[in-house]
Amino acid sequence: MIDVASPAAASAKRAGWWRGDGSEPVRRNLGLVGVLVLLYLVGALARPDIFLHGGRLWSNELTVLTQASSIGVITIGMTFVMISGGIDLSVGALLALASVWSTTVATQSYGPGVMILAALLVGAGSGLVNGILIAYGRMVPFIATLATMVAARGLAQKISGKLTQIVKVTSFNRIAEWRPLGIPLLVIIFVVVAVLAWVLLNRTTFGRRTVAIGGNAEAARLAGINIRRHTLLVYTLSGLCCGIAAVMVTAQATAGSSDHGNLYELNAIAAAIIGGTALTGGRGTIVGSVLGVLVFTQIYNLFIVKNLQTEYQQIAQGVIIVAAVLIQQFRVAALRRPVPPGA
Amino acid sequence: MSSDAAAAPRLAATELSKRFAGVQALRAVQLQAYGGEVMALLGENGAGKSTLLKILAGAHRPDSGTLSIDGERVSFSSPRDAHRAGVRIIYQEPEIIPHVSVAENIYVGALPARGHRFTRAALRARVVADLARYGFTSALDPDALGSELSPAQRQLVEILRALTESVRVIAFDEPTSSLSDTEVEVLFRLIRQLRDEGVAVIYVSHRMNEIFQISDRVTVLRDGALVGTVTTAETDEARLVRMMVGRDLTDMFVRERRPRPTGTPALTVRGLSNDDVHDIDLEVYGGEVLGIAGLVGAGRSELAHAIVGSTPVHAGEILVDGNPVRISGPRDAIRAGIGFAPEERKAQALLMQRSVRDNISLAILDRIRVARVVRRGEERAVAQRYTGQLRIRTPDIEQVVSSLSGGNQQKVVLARWLARRPRVLILDEPTRGVDVGAKAEIYAVINQLTADGIAVIVISSELPEILGLSDRIAVMQGGRVTGELDRSEATEERVLALAMAGDLTTDGATR
Ligand SMILES: Nc1ncnc2c1ncn2[C@@H]1O[C@H](COP(=O)(O)OP(=O)(O)OP(=O)(O)O)[C@@H](O)[C@H]1O
Ligand SMILES: [Mg+2]
Repeated sequence: MIDVASPAAASAKRAGWWRGDGSEPVRRNLGLVGVLVLLYLVGALARPDIFLHGGRLWSNELTVLTQASSIGVITIGMTFVMISGGIDLSVGALLALASVWSTTVATQSYGPGVMILAALLVGAGSGLVNGILIAYGRMVPFIATLATMVAARGLAQKISGKLTQIVKVTSFNRIAEWRPLGIPLLVIIFVVVAVLAWVLLNRTTFGRRTVAIGGNAEAARLAGINIRRHTLLVYTLSGLCCGIAAVMVTAQATAGSSDHGNLYELNAIAAAIIGGTALTGGRGTIVGSVLGVLVFTQIYNLFIVKNLQTEYQQIAQGVIIVAAVLIQQFRVAALRRPVPPGA
Repeated sequence: MSSDAAAAPRLAATELSKRFAGVQALRAVQLQAYGGEVMALLGENGAGKSTLLKILAGAHRPDSGTLSIDGERVSFSSPRDAHRAGVRIIYQEPEIIPHVSVAENIYVGALPARGHRFTRAALRARVVADLARYGFTSALDPDALGSELSPAQRQLVEILRALTESVRVIAFDEPTSSLSDTEVEVLFRLIRQLRDEGVAVIYVSHRMNEIFQISDRVTVLRDGALVGTVTTAETDEARLVRMMVGRDLTDMFVRERRPRPTGTPALTVRGLSNDDVHDIDLEVYGGEVLGIAGLVGAGRSELAHAIVGSTPVHAGEILVDGNPVRISGPRDAIRAGIGFAPEERKAQALLMQRSVRDNISLAILDRIRVARVVRRGEERAVAQRYTGQLRIRTPDIEQVVSSLSGGNQQKVVLARWLARRPRVLILDEPTRGVDVGAKAEIYAVINQLTADGIAVIVISSELPEILGLSDRIAVMQGGRVTGELDRSEATEERVLALAMAGDLTTDGATR
């Protein structure tokens, strides 16, 4: 074939990163950065003593990041699930189950390594169960994970007898205290998970296939993607993230509890949606989800530094979720309005 | 009609321009459509035809330029505005509500006027009357559910929807690409009736024979600009093609004759049966193009799906290069060396929200990775190569596929499978919605593949395409292969005879 100098080749350079299909998420993420800046300005007005004081601002922000870290890890797992066209309602309950399982007297007797391993395995294993129900049992993700949500929380209560299981292994608790180079280890874990997830989503065949399945399952199938196996892996990944988050939350609380991770599913889904992940699948970015979590946590933080009651926080949270979903729906509607380019 | 032309145009567009990110889709286009006349709109893929129609329909707003209807300036900010002004566009894939009846689907936009209440019976009676008025009583059952309709019937519903309000201008965007010949006849009858009632009809198609059958005048666009308008009776195909592409196209591609290959076939199908196809035996040799002809509904696509294991198979055997392969899904087929580009690009092939590059590389991800990481340089190179080879009109390979024109989307689907270079490649309607020039390019690429020893199966409803491209032709009817013709013995008549063999109850008999 003659190598035609195509118009595509000619303009490839000029086009660059910001007017390709990457452009929409990029613009969106810049918008979220704008929201964060806005929140700092609000903070500066509300509590100038904190937000306009370098040292205090830094330590306040480290608090925010630490608070964001466990829900952030969960949101990243949720992002994969949602991009693949599914949903995982069980994340909070899986976190609780992993937390309880890894802090029983028996598990604690083996030391911190086994405790961590137990949390990760319980998380990933439960995620695998979700995956089997959905991929091979052909259950709707919403129903399957709703069932595991209830069951896992119940199992966690059964194991712990609804009691808080204090962690006596001090080296385990140090996970939440250790600050290499002044940065909390929890934050470092969050960053590492985010970077790995970014590579997984954007650079590997696994990520490409996740996007393909969520974008057009039939096309993915005809292109030779093993949809069932892939769905299984995606939910297992989400479960693994729950296991990691369980270690983080447990170390922070220095205790395992069947109450950990309450409403995490709601926060994670909301953060992912704010970050631009489509409820219908096929679209979403790790950067967006991370920013979504940060926006959420920063708003929380403003309530706390202003000493507002938690009722207000919850009301605000509900409002933000509704707003985020509405914005996304309007965007979808706006995308749909011009009838899709007819043949 | 020439007498009408003297009167004021029903619809006049002046200096319409529209720009999308990176693409000037329309450049100061002028257009006049007259009542009582069918005007064809012709142009290469991406020339701006659909964009122009969407502006008329109120789905896009022009950057500049004006529209007027019967001499009166109008400006549409939504499809609703256009409907009120009597302008309707019939898209190829109309939105049909699956769980309600045809009657309710037709009146979905008009239900019920304030103060009035339609009973179901009244609604149905109106639809029955409409169907009788346009002679569709046998073509469409008012009680059928939306989900049961064929593509042609869906289009009829969309057209009848348009006719519930008074129409002054109606435009069709490639309406015939998934219709059978008899269905095309039904559509043309309707178009003529509308024309005779004084409606201005605009008709977009890449099929030249249709343009000559149905249109009174032809307006040609190239690169978003108006090339000219000619009277159909005073022009010919070569001249129109020259207007479209700006140069002479060498004659329709003809495949060089080659001796019939011998040895082991690349693909052997023995006794393949499932719910839709029965007892299929086929052989395709490397370097050969096997055409599969048949009427719409003959089971051609179903056969392709059965071969690649995308639908369950009850019996039969598949051999690649003489070795039996076990295929329980498209994934196994691809591994065994069988690639399949399906017919419906939106539903079965494209990730509409992703880039051209993502779409082209989807079936070769396993080849361009190292330790599961995609080699992006190679990915870009492949995407770049096939966008060039198939002349996919896009600002760059990072463009979202949903923003490409229909024909260019089709080429992206082809590019995905050409990039895969399987041992056996099955192409289902590969040139649907593709312009004349691009068809020749696609044929050349198929030619190149076979020269490299790849076996190609082409399913197509366009007989000239099948006849021009195939070394051998298998004709299907009712889920069975009713005959096989060597290229030397194949003629349209013989293919049609086989396609309708023993079939006196359906398409063949109704004329
Ligand atoms: N929403 C959009 N965003 C960006 N570019 C677009 C959009 N819609 C159309 N285009 C571009 O505008 C040009 C004209 O497209 P249009 O769909 O009108 O072509 P067409 O003449 O209908 O082609 P075809 O015969 O392939 O259907 C193309 O280059 C296309 O890529
Ligand atoms: Mg078009």
